[in-house]
Amino acid sequence: MQRIGVFVCWCGSNIAATVDVSAVSEALSHEPGVVFSTNYQYMCSEAGQNLIKDAVREHKLTGVVICSCSPRMHEMTFRKAVASTGLNPYMVEIANIREQCSWIHKDKAAATEKAIILGRAAIAKVHLNAPLTAGQSPVTKRALVIGGGIAGIQTALDIADAGFEVDIVEKQPTIGGKMTQIDKTFPTLDCAACILTPKMVDCAQNEKINIFAYSEVEEVKGFVGNFHVKINKKARYVDTTKCTGCGECTEKCPMKKIPNEFNLGLDNRRAIYIPFAQAVPKVATIDPDHCNMLKNGKCGLCAKVCSAGAIDYKQKDETIEREYGAIVVATGYNPIKLDQYDEFAYSQSPDVVSSLEFERLTNAAGPTGGTLLRPSDGKHPHTLVFVQCVGSRCSQEGKGKSYCSKICCMYTAKHAMLTREKYPDTEVYVFYIDVRSPGKNYDEFYRRAVEDYGVHYVKGMVGKVTPRSDGKLMVQASDLLAGEQMHIEADMVVLAAAIEPDKSARPLATMLTASMDTNDFFTEAHAKLRPVESPTAGIFLSGACQGPKDIPDTVAQAGAAASKVIGLLCKDQLTCNPCVAHADQLMCNGCSSCEKVCPYGAITYEDKEFRMPDRTTAIRRVASVNEAVCQGCGACTVACPSGAMDLKGFSNSQIMAEVDAICKM
Amino acid sequence: MNKFDKEQILHTSGVNVLKCMRCGKCSATCPSYDEMEYHPHQFVYMVEKGDIEKLMASKSIYKCLSCYACVERCPRGVEPAKVVEAVRLQVIRRQGANHLTPDDIPALLDEDLPQQAIVTAMRKYSK
Repeated sequence: MQRIGVFVCWCGSNIAATVDVSAVSEALSHEPGVVFSTNYQYMCSEAGQNLIKDAVREHKLTGVVICSCSPRMHEMTFRKAVASTGLNPYMVEIANIREQCSWIHKDKAAATEKAIILGRAAIAKVHLNAPLTAGQSPVTKRALVIGGGIAGIQTALDIADAGFEVDIVEKQPTIGGKMTQIDKTFPTLDCAACILTPKMVDCAQNEKINIFAYSEVEEVKGFVGNFHVKINKKARYVDTTKCTGCGECTEKCPMKKIPNEFNLGLDNRRAIYIPFAQAVPKVATIDPDHCNMLKNGKCGLCAKVCSAGAIDYKQKDETIEREYGAIVVATGYNPIKLDQYDEFAYSQSPDVVSSLEFERLTNAAGPTGGTLLRPSDGKHPHTLVFVQCVGSRCSQEGKGKSYCSKICCMYTAKHAMLTREKYPDTEVYVFYIDVRSPGKNYDEFYRRAVEDYGVHYVKGMVGKVTPRSDGKLMVQASDLLAGEQMHIEADMVVLAAAIEPDKSARPLATMLTASMDTNDFFTEAHAKLRPVESPTAGIFLSGACQGPKDIPDTVAQAGAAASKVIGLLCKDQLTCNPCVAHADQLMCNGCSSCEKVCPYGAITYEDKEFRMPDRTTAIRRVASVNEAVCQGCGACTVACPSGAMDLKGFSNSQIMAEVDAICKM
Repeated sequence: MNKFDKEQILHTSGVNVLKCMRCGKCSATCPSYDEMEYHPHQFVYMVEKGDIEKLMASKSIYKCLSCYACVERCPRGVEPAKVVEAVRLQVIRRQGANHLTPDDIPALLDEDLPQQAIVTAMRKYSK
């Protein structure tokens, strides 16, 4: 018989206001095996923990039940406290009477009754608890960063700086991400390329960093400290070790009319191309969908002009398999598609552009060489209308995103300001619902656009844009403060499109078993206290894959994610979770059901000799669990038809005892 | 503020005026804007405040074309046209009788009249 102590926490008034804690500790003191029962204001405080430790020693307790908050909050705290007395930490059970009781009930009598029942269930479980010992597993001292934008670059640089190896996997032919397409950055207006490209070069030159560009993660297996990852390195049809990036081939290729993704289709590139001059790695890539040689076997011009002999039309995709201790997700964002916004005439007029397209039209390395010209006729625009919140803060299912995209207010202020600065003959209108500028020097920046640059900020929304045959865009909008409808003859309309997570994020989350929210942003382990960790151990989050973010926030988060990775890679051994699956080989019928459902590949089958009841021996095929790999998810215990699989610490008999204790009422 | 009127309008329109984020896209898109004293966004806001009498006394309720452009474009799904219509119905209810019954329609028909106009007229002039 166990000697059990029960400790009921008030959690200040969190529990005590809705649950009669004295009645709970009184009622539970009469349960079988309970030799001590008490309640205290804050059980997690030092005094509360001492209360538990003293009781364990004084009453020679063999099991401890704590009625308090969720085990996610303080199970570790109480296990540590109990372990310090010499009792096995897995002899502690938590009855969650806060999140699952006091916080969700109003009726004190009913809540008290429920708290007692939850306490009884925990006591019933402790009777069947057995001491468990955690094993150790080694840590592979290398990190994987998925995504090579500013988030991934900064994370990789910070991890490499601590002396660990890092691999960056980037699906585009070059690292750099969205920031390479941006002209200037708010609120200081420094040139994006000038601050980003040195970091890209640092990545390429750092001997600890290995860049897999034009590659994608194909498969992830394993667990924290021991991930096994397959990376598909797509064929560039160019030998990257030979290519010097001279660009001769990109000038001679006869396929000239391929929309240039880097300039968002505002100009064209060739079938063999280098995305931009500062690309890292600076090597050419052949686009297999447009190359005549790859499609029809005719041409071969690039191979003829390449003095380095780098062109290889027979190149194949390559699979790379590597081991990692930690994985950082930095898959970033994209602006949403604007085709469905008929009211803004985005598909009807080339002069209605998205903000990222406007960014390219004003970028010195863009299709117009940095001179702002209308895409339709190449003329200088005089009246520009900026529309904010296009698709953001939209609760209409399928039309937009319910969240605020966070970055649009600031980049629109930047666009408006720069337009007025460069072209003082322009009239610039910004239609806003709210101007959100909560950042260091952000509101001052927006005010400068209004006060120093004379940008017309109008509170209201644009209702419709009608292209006229003379090329003007008729903008009809609300001016809510003046109480009038405005009609503006504009030359260009710029739409601040909502941003959404990259499409690759959802399948990646499945591979990583990392959780996501309904908008496909990765979920953090705790919104406030663990913002750069995924709830899945060993997976970390960096940048806009976790939520809309500007560059300063992204870089800060990248550094935070890196420090978490470094903290993990510094360890030589990780303590495993001892609550793992265990196969009763006498009961196992060798059906392989468990092996099929195991997401970690922890179950293997072996042929083993058994002594049969008639004193003969027989070879049977039975399951066995690799405890270092098992994460204790319990999928196998559910799948097993013969009841041979059981989870230590959460055994079938323990769970049935809890259910019985609840149902006895 | 007439609490009963506000509740009645919220009930008949089925609109949750609290969803409005005050962007004004409804009034930006409204083709009858210049004809109206109170504009679609004001209908939503004034019903929220309970300022119903002013709306009921205004000619604006008869200027709404029920074209539903505001309903179509509202990013929050507020449906301002339904609020305008509910205020209109409130006025008609107070006046008592139906101003248009289905029996009246055959006499009013002429072949150039679009079907939508009949539907709109029924919406405006009957209970």
